[in-house]
Amino acid sequence: MLPFDYERASTVREALAACAGSSEMPPTGAPSQFIAGGTNMSDYMRLGVTRPSHLMDINLIQDASLRTIEIGSLEIRLGALVRMSEVEDHQEISRRCPMLPESLKVAASRQIRNMATLAGNVLQRTRCEYFREISWPCNKRNPGSGCSAMDGFNRQHAVLGVSDACIATYHGDFAQALIALDATVEIAGQGANRRIRFAELHLQPGDNPEVETVLRPDEMITAIVISVPGWAARSKYLKIRDRESYAFALASTAVALDLDGDIVRDVRIGLGGVASVPWRAVPAEDVLRGKIFSEDLASKAADAAFANAKPREHNAFKVALGKQTLVRALMEVREMKL
Amino acid sequence: MTGTASPAIHISGAAALQDETRSPVPSTQREGLTVSMLINGQPYQFNIDSRTSLLDLLRDHAGLTGTKKGCDHGQCGACTVLTDGRRTLSCMSFAAMNDGWEITTIEGLSSADGDLHPMQQAFIDHDAFQCGYCTPGQILSAVACVEEGHAESDADIREYMSGNLCRCAAYPNIVAAVKQARNEMEKA
Repeated sequence: MLPFDYERASTVREALAACAGSSEMPPTGAPSQFIAGGTNMSDYMRLGVTRPSHLMDINLIQDASLRTIEIGSLEIRLGALVRMSEVEDHQEISRRCPMLPESLKVAASRQIRNMATLAGNVLQRTRCEYFREISWPCNKRNPGSGCSAMDGFNRQHAVLGVSDACIATYHGDFAQALIALDATVEIAGQGANRRIRFAELHLQPGDNPEVETVLRPDEMITAIVISVPGWAARSKYLKIRDRESYAFALASTAVALDLDGDIVRDVRIGLGGVASVPWRAVPAEDVLRGKIFSEDLASKAADAAFANAKPREHNAFKVALGKQTLVRALMEVREMKL
Repeated sequence: MTGTASPAIHISGAAALQDETRSPVPSTQREGLTVSMLINGQPYQFNIDSRTSLLDLLRDHAGLTGTKKGCDHGQCGACTVLTDGRRTLSCMSFAAMNDGWEITTIEGLSSADGDLHPMQQAFIDHDAFQCGYCTPGQILSAVACVEEGHAESDADIREYMSGNLCRCAAYPNIVAAVKQARNEMEKA
Protein backbone atom coordinates (compact mmCIF):
# COMPACT_ATOMS: atom_id res chain seq x y z
CA MET A 1 0.00 0.00 0.00
CA LEU A 2 1.29 3.46 -0.87
CA PRO A 3 1.93 5.89 2.01
CA PHE A 4 -0.84 8.32 2.87
CA ASP A 5 -1.50 11.15 5.30
CA TYR A 6 -4.17 10.44 7.88
CA GLU A 7 -6.42 13.17 9.24
CA ARG A 8 -9.64 13.41 11.24
CA ALA A 9 -12.46 15.85 10.61
CA SER A 10 -14.68 17.13 13.38
CA THR A 11 -17.13 18.90 11.07
CA VAL A 12 -18.51 18.26 7.60
CA ARG A 13 -17.03 21.60 6.45
CA GLU A 14 -13.58 20.56 7.64
CA ALA A 15 -13.82 17.28 5.77
CA LEU A 16 -14.96 18.96 2.56
CA ALA A 17 -12.28 21.65 2.76
CA ALA A 18 -9.58 18.98 2.68
CA CYS A 19 -10.87 17.81 -0.68
CA ALA A 20 -11.05 21.24 -2.31
CA GLY A 21 -9.04 21.68 -5.46
CA SER A 22 -9.58 18.22 -6.90
CA SER A 23 -12.96 18.91 -8.46
CA GLU A 24 -11.92 18.11 -12.04
CA MET A 25 -11.61 14.36 -11.59
CA PRO A 26 -14.00 11.58 -10.61
CA PRO A 27 -14.11 11.36 -6.82
CA THR A 28 -12.79 7.80 -6.82
CA GLY A 29 -9.53 9.01 -8.39
CA ALA A 30 -9.05 12.09 -6.23
CA PRO A 31 -5.92 12.19 -4.03
CA SER A 32 -8.06 12.86 -0.93
CA GLN A 33 -10.57 10.21 0.09
CA PHE A 34 -13.05 10.01 2.93
CA ILE A 35 -12.97 6.93 5.12
CA ALA A 36 -15.64 5.80 7.58
CA GLY A 37 -16.26 2.04 7.89
CA GLY A 38 -13.21 1.37 5.76
CA THR A 39 -14.40 -2.02 4.55
CA ASN A 40 -14.31 -1.02 0.88
CA MET A 41 -11.56 1.62 1.01
CA SER A 42 -8.99 -0.45 2.93
CA ASP A 43 -9.57 -3.41 0.63
CA TYR A 44 -9.10 -1.44 -2.59
CA MET A 45 -6.11 0.40 -1.16
CA ARG A 46 -4.47 -2.90 -0.25
CA LEU A 47 -5.11 -4.15 -3.79
CA GLY A 48 -3.61 -0.98 -5.26
CA VAL A 49 -6.86 -0.17 -7.06
CA THR A 50 -7.36 3.03 -5.05
CA ARG A 51 -4.24 5.04 -4.24
CA PRO A 52 -5.10 8.10 -2.18
CA SER A 53 -2.29 10.17 -0.71
CA HIS A 54 -4.61 11.54 1.97
CA LEU A 55 -7.34 9.86 4.01
CA MET A 56 -9.88 11.97 5.86
CA ASP A 57 -11.48 9.98 8.69
CA ILE A 58 -15.07 11.22 8.98
CA ASN A 59 -16.12 8.96 11.88
CA LEU A 60 -15.66 11.70 14.47
CA ILE A 61 -17.68 14.42 12.78
CA GLN A 62 -19.66 15.80 15.68
CA ASP A 63 -22.96 16.45 13.87
CA ALA A 64 -25.20 13.82 15.51
CA SER A 65 -27.62 13.78 12.57
CA LEU A 66 -25.03 11.83 10.62
CA ARG A 67 -25.42 9.00 13.11
CA THR A 68 -29.17 9.21 13.63
CA ILE A 69 -32.09 7.13 12.41
CA GLU A 70 -35.20 9.35 12.35
CA ILE A 71 -38.57 7.68 11.91
CA GLY A 72 -41.24 10.14 10.82
CA SER A 73 -44.83 9.36 9.95
CA LEU A 74 -44.08 9.55 6.21
CA GLU A 75 -40.30 9.53 5.96
CA ILE A 76 -37.37 7.60 7.32
CA ARG A 77 -34.14 9.60 7.50
CA LEU A 78 -30.93 7.62 7.79
CA GLY A 79 -27.73 9.48 8.66
CA ALA A 80 -24.77 8.74 6.40
CA LEU A 81 -22.65 7.26 9.21
CA VAL A 82 -25.35 4.91 10.52
CA ARG A 83 -23.93 1.40 10.37
CA MET A 84 -25.62 -1.25 8.23
CA SER A 85 -26.32 -3.48 11.25
CA GLU A 86 -28.23 -0.68 13.00
CA VAL A 87 -30.90 -0.61 10.29
CA GLU A 88 -30.79 -4.39 9.96
CA ASP A 89 -31.82 -4.67 13.64
CA HIS A 90 -34.42 -1.87 13.57
CA GLN A 91 -37.82 -3.33 14.47
CA GLU A 92 -39.91 -0.33 13.41
CA ILE A 93 -38.27 -0.12 9.97
CA SER A 94 -38.74 -3.86 9.61
CA ARG A 95 -42.45 -3.54 10.39
CA ARG A 96 -42.99 -0.67 7.95
CA CYS A 97 -40.78 -1.83 5.12
CA PRO A 98 -39.27 -5.32 5.53
CA MET A 99 -37.18 -5.15 2.36
CA LEU A 100 -34.94 -2.41 3.82
CA PRO A 101 -33.51 -4.44 6.75
CA GLU A 102 -33.73 -7.66 4.73
CA SER A 103 -31.49 -6.21 2.03
CA LEU A 104 -28.92 -5.37 4.72
CA LYS A 105 -29.12 -8.68 6.58
CA VAL A 106 -28.15 -10.67 3.49
CA ALA A 107 -25.24 -8.38 2.60
CA ALA A 108 -21.65 -9.19 3.58
CA SER A 109 -21.17 -10.56 7.11
CA ARG A 110 -22.27 -9.25 10.50
CA GLN A 111 -18.71 -8.09 11.23
CA ILE A 112 -18.66 -6.01 8.05
CA ARG A 113 -22.18 -4.70 8.66
CA ASN A 114 -21.07 -3.51 12.11
CA MET A 115 -18.35 -1.44 10.44
CA ALA A 116 -19.73 -0.31 7.10
CA THR A 117 -21.81 2.87 6.92
CA LEU A 118 -24.97 3.25 4.85
CA ALA A 119 -23.48 5.96 2.63
CA GLY A 120 -20.30 3.96 2.13
CA ASN A 121 -22.38 0.92 1.32
CA VAL A 122 -24.30 2.57 -1.49
CA LEU A 123 -21.01 3.91 -2.89
CA GLN A 124 -19.25 0.53 -2.78
CA ARG A 125 -17.28 -0.23 -5.90
CA THR A 126 -17.64 -3.22 -8.18
CA ARG A 127 -16.23 -6.65 -7.40
CA CYS A 128 -15.33 -7.27 -11.07
CA GLU A 129 -12.27 -9.55 -10.82
CA TYR A 130 -10.50 -7.67 -13.60
CA PHE A 131 -11.08 -4.35 -11.82
CA ARG A 132 -9.69 -5.74 -8.56
CA GLU A 133 -6.56 -7.33 -10.05
CA ILE A 134 -4.42 -4.44 -11.27
CA SER A 135 -2.41 -6.39 -13.84
CA TRP A 136 -5.48 -6.60 -16.15
CA PRO A 137 -6.59 -3.89 -18.58
CA CYS A 138 -9.72 -2.23 -17.17
CA ASN A 139 -11.47 0.87 -18.46
CA LYS A 140 -12.93 1.64 -15.05
CA ARG A 141 -9.58 1.52 -13.22
CA ASN A 142 -7.37 2.71 -16.07
CA PRO A 143 -9.50 4.60 -18.62
CA GLY A 144 -8.86 3.64 -22.25
CA SER A 145 -6.94 0.44 -21.41
CA GLY A 146 -9.74 -1.89 -22.52
CA CYS A 147 -12.14 -4.28 -20.82
CA SER A 148 -10.80 -7.70 -19.90
CA ALA A 149 -14.19 -8.95 -18.78
CA MET A 150 -15.89 -8.45 -22.13
CA ASP A 151 -14.44 -11.66 -23.56
CA GLY A 152 -13.03 -13.00 -20.31
CA PHE A 153 -14.57 -14.98 -17.49
CA ASN A 154 -17.71 -12.87 -17.13
CA ARG A 155 -20.08 -15.13 -15.21
CA GLN A 156 -20.51 -12.51 -12.45
CA HIS A 157 -21.02 -9.61 -14.82
CA ALA A 158 -23.96 -7.39 -15.64
CA VAL A 159 -26.52 -7.85 -18.41
CA LEU A 160 -28.41 -4.56 -17.93
CA GLY A 161 -27.07 -1.02 -18.28
CA VAL A 162 -23.79 -2.23 -19.76
CA SER A 163 -21.68 -0.56 -22.47
CA ASP A 164 -18.94 -1.55 -24.90
CA ALA A 165 -16.46 -0.15 -22.38
CA CYS A 166 -17.57 -1.94 -19.20
CA ILE A 167 -19.84 -4.76 -18.01
CA ALA A 168 -18.97 -4.60 -14.30
CA THR A 169 -21.84 -5.35 -11.92
CA TYR A 170 -23.02 -3.05 -9.15
CA HIS A 171 -23.13 -5.60 -6.33
CA GLY A 172 -24.93 -3.72 -3.56
CA ASP A 173 -28.17 -4.98 -2.03
CA PHE A 174 -29.42 -2.02 0.06
CA ALA A 175 -29.32 0.21 -3.02
CA GLN A 176 -31.94 -1.94 -4.74
CA ALA A 177 -34.42 -1.29 -1.94
CA LEU A 178 -33.56 2.43 -2.03
CA ILE A 179 -34.06 2.77 -5.77
CA ALA A 180 -37.32 0.80 -5.62
CA LEU A 181 -38.62 3.30 -3.04
CA ASP A 182 -37.30 6.29 -5.01
CA ALA A 183 -35.23 7.45 -2.03
CA THR A 184 -33.55 10.86 -1.83
CA VAL A 185 -29.89 11.55 -1.08
CA GLU A 186 -28.78 14.63 0.88
CA ILE A 187 -25.37 15.87 -0.17
CA ALA A 188 -23.16 18.46 1.50
CA GLY A 189 -20.81 20.36 -0.78
CA GLN A 190 -18.08 22.97 -0.63
CA GLY A 191 -20.35 25.39 -2.46
CA ALA A 192 -23.89 24.42 -1.55
CA ASN A 193 -25.84 21.48 -0.24
CA ARG A 194 -28.17 19.63 -2.57
CA ARG A 195 -30.73 16.85 -2.63
CA ILE A 196 -30.99 14.40 -5.49
CA ARG A 197 -33.02 11.29 -6.21
CA PHE A 198 -31.11 8.14 -5.33
CA ALA A 199 -31.87 7.03 -8.90
CA GLU A 200 -29.69 9.90 -10.15
CA LEU A 201 -26.69 9.14 -7.93
CA HIS A 202 -25.07 6.34 -9.93
CA LEU A 203 -24.05 6.65 -13.58
CA GLN A 204 -24.15 3.86 -16.14
CA PRO A 205 -20.68 3.14 -17.56
CA GLY A 206 -21.23 4.46 -21.10
CA ASP A 207 -17.92 5.62 -22.57
CA ASN A 208 -16.59 6.69 -19.15
CA PRO A 209 -16.89 3.80 -16.69
CA GLU A 210 -14.37 5.51 -14.37
CA VAL A 211 -17.08 8.05 -13.50
CA GLU A 212 -19.36 6.08 -11.20
CA THR A 213 -21.57 8.72 -9.56
CA VAL A 214 -22.61 12.35 -9.93
CA LEU A 215 -20.77 13.22 -6.69
CA ARG A 216 -17.89 15.66 -6.89
CA PRO A 217 -14.74 14.98 -4.87
CA ASP A 218 -15.58 17.86 -2.53
CA GLU A 219 -19.05 16.53 -1.78
CA MET A 220 -20.24 14.09 0.86
CA ILE A 221 -23.49 12.21 1.35
CA THR A 222 -24.94 13.25 4.70
CA ALA A 223 -28.25 11.35 4.72
CA ILE A 224 -30.57 9.05 2.85
CA VAL A 225 -34.26 9.95 3.08
CA ILE A 226 -36.93 7.41 2.20
CA SER A 227 -40.65 8.03 1.76
CA VAL A 228 -42.24 4.82 2.92
CA PRO A 229 -45.83 4.34 1.75
CA GLY A 230 -48.07 2.31 4.07
CA TRP A 231 -48.23 -0.51 1.57
CA ALA A 232 -44.44 -1.01 1.70
CA ALA A 233 -45.18 -3.37 4.60
CA ARG A 234 -45.85 -5.82 1.74
CA SER A 235 -42.26 -5.94 0.54
CA LYS A 236 -39.28 -8.24 0.54
CA TYR A 237 -35.70 -8.61 -0.63
CA LEU A 238 -34.86 -11.91 -2.33
CA LYS A 239 -31.22 -12.72 -3.08
CA ILE A 240 -29.94 -15.71 -5.05
CA ARG A 241 -26.29 -16.66 -4.57
CA ASP A 242 -23.75 -19.41 -5.26
CA ARG A 243 -23.75 -20.18 -1.52
CA GLU A 244 -26.50 -19.59 0.97
CA SER A 245 -24.84 -16.76 2.88
CA TYR A 246 -21.95 -14.30 2.69
CA ALA A 247 -21.81 -14.03 -1.09
CA PHE A 248 -22.68 -11.39 -3.66
CA ALA A 249 -25.93 -11.76 -5.60
CA LEU A 250 -26.11 -13.59 -8.87
CA ALA A 251 -29.59 -12.10 -9.05
CA SER A 252 -31.68 -10.33 -6.46
CA THR A 253 -34.81 -8.24 -6.26
CA ALA A 254 -36.41 -5.73 -3.93
CA VAL A 255 -40.18 -5.81 -4.42
CA ALA A 256 -43.00 -3.81 -2.81
CA LEU A 257 -46.57 -4.53 -3.86
CA ASP A 258 -49.74 -2.47 -3.30
CA LEU A 259 -52.79 -4.67 -3.81
CA ASP A 260 -56.47 -3.75 -4.01
CA GLY A 261 -57.91 -7.24 -3.84
CA ASP A 262 -56.18 -8.91 -6.76
CA ILE A 263 -55.56 -5.67 -8.63
CA VAL A 264 -52.07 -4.21 -8.56
CA ARG A 265 -52.56 -0.62 -7.44
CA ASP A 266 -48.83 0.09 -7.37
CA VAL A 267 -45.56 -1.83 -7.40
CA ARG A 268 -41.86 -1.06 -7.01
CA ILE A 269 -39.08 -3.29 -8.29
CA GLY A 270 -35.30 -3.04 -7.84
CA LEU A 271 -32.95 -5.59 -9.41
CA GLY A 272 -29.52 -6.53 -8.03
CA GLY A 273 -26.63 -8.61 -9.29
CA VAL A 274 -27.61 -8.13 -12.92
CA ALA A 275 -26.98 -4.45 -13.72
CA SER A 276 -24.13 -1.95 -13.85
CA VAL A 277 -25.86 0.39 -11.37
CA PRO A 278 -28.72 0.14 -8.86
CA TRP A 279 -31.58 -0.82 -11.15
CA ARG A 280 -35.24 0.02 -11.06
CA ALA A 281 -37.29 -2.17 -13.40
CA VAL A 282 -39.76 0.46 -14.60
CA PRO A 283 -40.94 -1.56 -17.63
CA ALA A 284 -41.84 -4.45 -15.32
CA GLU A 285 -43.72 -2.11 -12.98
CA ASP A 286 -45.66 -0.75 -15.97
CA VAL A 287 -46.73 -4.27 -17.00
CA LEU A 288 -48.10 -4.97 -13.52
CA ARG A 289 -49.71 -1.67 -12.55
CA GLY A 290 -53.52 -1.60 -12.83
CA LYS A 291 -53.80 -5.28 -13.79
CA ILE A 292 -55.17 -8.34 -12.03
CA PHE A 293 -52.19 -10.09 -10.43
CA SER A 294 -51.33 -13.58 -11.62
CA GLU A 295 -48.19 -15.67 -12.07
CA ASP A 296 -48.58 -15.22 -15.81
CA LEU A 297 -48.63 -11.44 -15.43
CA ALA A 298 -45.59 -11.60 -13.13
CA SER A 299 -43.82 -13.61 -15.80
CA LYS A 300 -44.68 -11.00 -18.45
CA ALA A 301 -43.34 -8.32 -16.14
CA ALA A 302 -40.10 -10.25 -15.73
CA ASP A 303 -39.78 -10.55 -19.51
CA ALA A 304 -40.18 -6.78 -19.77
CA ALA A 305 -37.53 -6.21 -17.08
CA PHE A 306 -34.93 -8.11 -19.10
CA ALA A 307 -36.09 -7.17 -22.63
CA ASN A 308 -32.94 -5.09 -23.18
CA ALA A 309 -30.51 -7.52 -21.53
CA LYS A 310 -27.14 -7.89 -23.24
CA PRO A 311 -25.62 -11.14 -21.99
CA ARG A 312 -22.04 -12.22 -22.78
CA GLU A 313 -20.55 -15.70 -23.02
CA HIS A 314 -20.76 -16.79 -19.37
CA ASN A 315 -23.55 -14.69 -17.88
CA ALA A 316 -26.53 -15.50 -20.11
CA PHE A 317 -27.96 -17.58 -17.26
CA LYS A 318 -28.56 -14.33 -15.37
CA VAL A 319 -31.41 -13.42 -17.69
CA ALA A 320 -33.37 -16.58 -16.83
CA LEU A 321 -32.30 -16.47 -13.19
CA GLY A 322 -33.14 -12.78 -12.86
CA LYS A 323 -36.61 -13.30 -14.31
CA GLN A 324 -37.34 -16.28 -12.07
CA THR A 325 -36.08 -14.37 -9.01
CA LEU A 326 -38.49 -11.53 -9.76
CA VAL A 327 -41.46 -13.84 -10.39
CA ARG A 328 -40.78 -15.74 -7.15
CA ALA A 329 -40.48 -12.53 -5.14
CA LEU A 330 -43.73 -11.15 -6.57
CA MET A 331 -45.55 -14.40 -5.78
CA GLU A 332 -44.16 -14.41 -2.24
CA VAL A 333 -45.06 -10.80 -1.43
CA ARG A 334 -48.57 -11.38 -2.76
CA GLU A 335 -48.97 -14.15 -0.15
CA MET A 336 -47.71 -12.01 2.74
CA LYS A 337 -50.29 -11.68 5.54
CA LEU A 338 -50.35 -8.11 6.79
CA MET B 1 8.22 -4.14 16.42
CA THR B 2 6.77 -4.92 19.82
CA GLY B 3 9.11 -2.27 21.21
CA THR B 4 6.73 0.43 20.02
CA ALA B 5 4.05 -0.69 22.47
CA SER B 6 4.09 0.97 25.83
CA PRO B 7 1.44 1.08 28.53
CA ALA B 8 -0.01 4.59 28.64
CA ILE B 9 0.45 6.09 32.04
CA HIS B 10 -1.75 9.18 31.78
CA ILE B 11 -4.96 7.27 31.26
CA SER B 12 -7.11 5.82 33.96
CA GLY B 13 -9.94 4.10 32.17
CA ALA B 14 -12.06 3.69 29.08
CA ALA B 15 -14.14 6.83 29.55
CA ALA B 16 -11.10 9.01 30.09
CA LEU B 17 -9.42 7.31 27.17
CA GLN B 18 -12.28 8.27 24.90
CA ASP B 19 -12.52 11.86 26.06
CA GLU B 20 -8.83 12.54 25.81
CA THR B 21 -7.99 10.79 22.60
CA ARG B 22 -10.99 10.91 20.28
CA SER B 23 -10.12 14.33 19.02
CA PRO B 24 -9.09 15.64 15.63
CA VAL B 25 -5.50 15.10 14.66
CA PRO B 26 -4.11 18.64 14.51
CA SER B 27 -2.39 18.24 11.16
CA THR B 28 -2.09 15.50 8.61
CA GLN B 29 0.24 12.71 9.60
CA ARG B 30 1.87 9.82 7.84
CA GLU B 31 4.44 8.43 10.26
CA GLY B 32 4.67 8.57 13.99
CA LEU B 33 0.94 8.69 14.54
CA THR B 34 0.18 8.32 18.22
CA VAL B 35 -2.69 5.96 18.90
CA SER B 36 -4.09 4.95 22.28
CA MET B 37 -6.49 2.16 22.98
CA LEU B 38 -7.68 -0.15 25.70
CA ILE B 39 -6.88 -3.71 24.68
CA ASN B 40 -8.31 -6.45 26.89
CA GLY B 41 -8.68 -3.89 29.68
CA GLN B 42 -5.07 -2.68 29.48
CA PRO B 43 -4.22 0.82 28.22
CA TYR B 44 -1.74 0.88 25.34
CA GLN B 45 -0.11 3.63 23.35
CA PHE B 46 1.53 3.14 19.96
CA ASN B 47 3.57 5.07 17.46
CA ILE B 48 2.56 3.84 14.05
CA ASP B 49 2.65 4.39 10.31
CA SER B 50 -0.76 5.44 8.97
CA ARG B 51 -0.97 2.26 6.87
CA THR B 52 -0.98 -0.04 9.90
CA SER B 53 -4.16 -2.09 10.09
CA LEU B 54 -5.73 -2.81 13.46
CA LEU B 55 -4.82 -6.46 12.84
CA ASP B 56 -1.13 -5.70 12.30
CA LEU B 57 -1.13 -3.39 15.31
CA LEU B 58 -2.49 -6.17 17.53
CA ARG B 59 -0.11 -8.81 16.21
CA ASP B 60 3.10 -6.90 15.53
CA HIS B 61 2.96 -3.91 17.86
CA ALA B 62 1.03 -5.24 20.86
CA GLY B 63 2.39 -8.79 20.46
CA LEU B 64 -1.09 -10.29 20.71
CA THR B 65 -0.83 -12.98 18.06
CA GLY B 66 -4.04 -14.77 18.96
CA THR B 67 -5.84 -12.69 16.34
CA LYS B 68 -5.11 -14.39 13.01
CA LYS B 69 -4.44 -13.04 9.54
CA GLY B 70 -6.24 -15.19 7.00
CA CYS B 71 -7.11 -13.40 3.77
CA ASP B 72 -6.35 -9.79 4.87
CA HIS B 73 -9.32 -8.73 2.68
CA GLY B 74 -12.38 -9.19 4.87
CA GLN B 75 -13.40 -12.48 3.32
CA CYS B 76 -12.57 -15.09 5.98
CA GLY B 77 -13.28 -13.67 9.47
CA ALA B 78 -10.08 -15.03 11.06
CA CYS B 79 -9.16 -11.52 12.27
CA THR B 80 -12.48 -10.90 14.10
CA VAL B 81 -12.17 -8.84 17.29
CA LEU B 82 -14.67 -6.99 19.48
CA THR B 83 -14.58 -3.20 19.14
CA ASP B 84 -16.45 -1.59 22.03
CA GLY B 85 -18.28 -4.93 22.26
CA ARG B 86 -19.23 -5.24 18.60
CA ARG B 87 -17.58 -7.79 16.34
CA THR B 88 -15.50 -6.26 13.55
CA LEU B 89 -12.77 -7.30 11.12
CA SER B 90 -9.43 -5.96 12.30
CA CYS B 91 -7.84 -6.35 8.84
CA MET B 92 -10.24 -3.83 7.27
CA SER B 93 -9.71 -1.04 9.75
CA PHE B 94 -6.72 1.24 9.92
CA ALA B 95 -5.39 1.25 13.47
CA ALA B 96 -5.50 5.04 13.63
CA MET B 97 -9.27 4.90 13.17
CA ASN B 98 -9.53 2.91 16.42
CA ASP B 99 -7.85 5.58 18.55
CA GLY B 100 -9.59 5.65 21.92
CA TRP B 101 -11.57 2.48 21.38
CA GLU B 102 -11.80 -0.61 23.55
CA ILE B 103 -10.65 -3.77 21.79
CA THR B 104 -11.18 -7.34 22.97
CA THR B 105 -9.10 -10.14 21.44
CA ILE B 106 -9.07 -13.85 22.17
CA GLU B 107 -6.38 -13.21 24.82
CA GLY B 108 -8.86 -11.09 26.79
CA LEU B 109 -11.79 -13.48 26.85
CA SER B 110 -10.90 -15.74 29.78
CA SER B 111 -11.37 -14.42 33.30
CA ALA B 112 -8.52 -12.98 35.35
CA ASP B 113 -8.13 -16.24 37.28
CA GLY B 114 -7.71 -18.16 34.03
CA ASP B 115 -11.16 -19.73 33.73
CA LEU B 116 -12.14 -20.11 30.11
CA HIS B 117 -15.09 -18.16 28.71
CA PRO B 118 -18.11 -20.48 28.24
CA MET B 119 -17.64 -20.15 24.47
CA GLN B 120 -14.02 -21.27 24.68
CA GLN B 121 -15.00 -24.25 26.84
CA ALA B 122 -17.84 -25.13 24.46
CA PHE B 123 -15.47 -25.19 21.47
CA ILE B 124 -13.30 -27.69 23.38
CA ASP B 125 -16.28 -29.76 24.55
CA HIS B 126 -17.67 -30.07 21.02
CA ASP B 127 -14.36 -30.45 19.17
CA ALA B 128 -15.35 -27.38 17.17
CA PHE B 129 -12.05 -27.06 15.32
CA GLN B 130 -9.40 -29.09 13.61
CA CYS B 131 -6.38 -26.96 12.65
CA GLY B 132 -7.53 -24.12 14.91
CA TYR B 133 -6.47 -21.23 12.72
CA CYS B 134 -9.99 -19.78 12.37
CA THR B 135 -10.89 -20.53 16.00
CA PRO B 136 -10.05 -17.22 17.73
CA GLY B 137 -12.17 -15.39 15.15
CA GLN B 138 -14.92 -17.99 15.39
CA ILE B 139 -15.06 -17.70 19.18
CA LEU B 140 -15.16 -13.89 19.28
CA SER B 141 -17.76 -13.83 16.52
CA ALA B 142 -19.81 -16.44 18.40
CA VAL B 143 -19.69 -14.46 21.66
CA ALA B 144 -21.06 -11.42 19.85
CA CYS B 145 -23.59 -13.55 17.97
CA VAL B 146 -25.06 -14.72 21.29
CA GLU B 147 -24.96 -11.24 22.81
CA GLU B 148 -26.77 -9.78 19.76
CA GLY B 149 -29.54 -12.35 20.22
CA HIS B 150 -28.77 -13.98 16.88
CA ALA B 151 -28.16 -17.50 18.20
CA GLU B 152 -31.74 -18.53 18.91
CA SER B 153 -31.92 -21.25 16.25
CA ASP B 154 -29.49 -23.40 14.25
CA ALA B 155 -30.46 -21.48 11.10
CA ASP B 156 -29.79 -18.16 12.83
CA ILE B 157 -26.41 -19.35 14.07
CA ARG B 158 -25.40 -20.52 10.59
CA GLU B 159 -26.52 -17.24 9.02
CA TYR B 160 -24.94 -14.94 11.58
CA MET B 161 -21.70 -16.96 11.76
CA SER B 162 -21.33 -17.06 7.97
CA GLY B 163 -18.60 -14.41 8.02
CA ASN B 164 -16.24 -16.89 9.69
CA LEU B 165 -14.95 -19.51 7.30
CA CYS B 166 -13.57 -22.84 8.56
CA ARG B 167 -11.76 -24.70 5.80
CA CYS B 168 -11.53 -27.80 8.02
CA ALA B 169 -15.35 -27.62 7.88
CA ALA B 170 -16.01 -28.00 11.59
CA TYR B 171 -19.30 -26.18 11.05
CA PRO B 172 -21.72 -28.71 12.67
CA ASN B 173 -19.57 -28.79 15.81
CA ILE B 174 -19.30 -25.00 15.84
CA VAL B 175 -23.10 -24.74 15.78
CA ALA B 176 -23.29 -27.23 18.67
CA ALA B 177 -20.69 -25.26 20.64
CA VAL B 178 -22.48 -21.95 20.11
CA LYS B 179 -25.74 -23.49 21.37
CA GLN B 180 -24.11 -24.84 24.52
CA ALA B 181 -22.39 -21.55 25.28
CA ARG B 182 -25.58 -19.61 24.50
CA ASN B 183 -27.45 -21.57 27.16
CA GLU B 184 -24.70 -20.96 29.70
CA MET B 185 -24.31 -17.27 28.83
CA GLU B 186 -28.07 -16.74 29.13
CA LYS B 187 -28.06 -18.41 32.59
CA ALA B 188 -25.18 -16.24 33.78
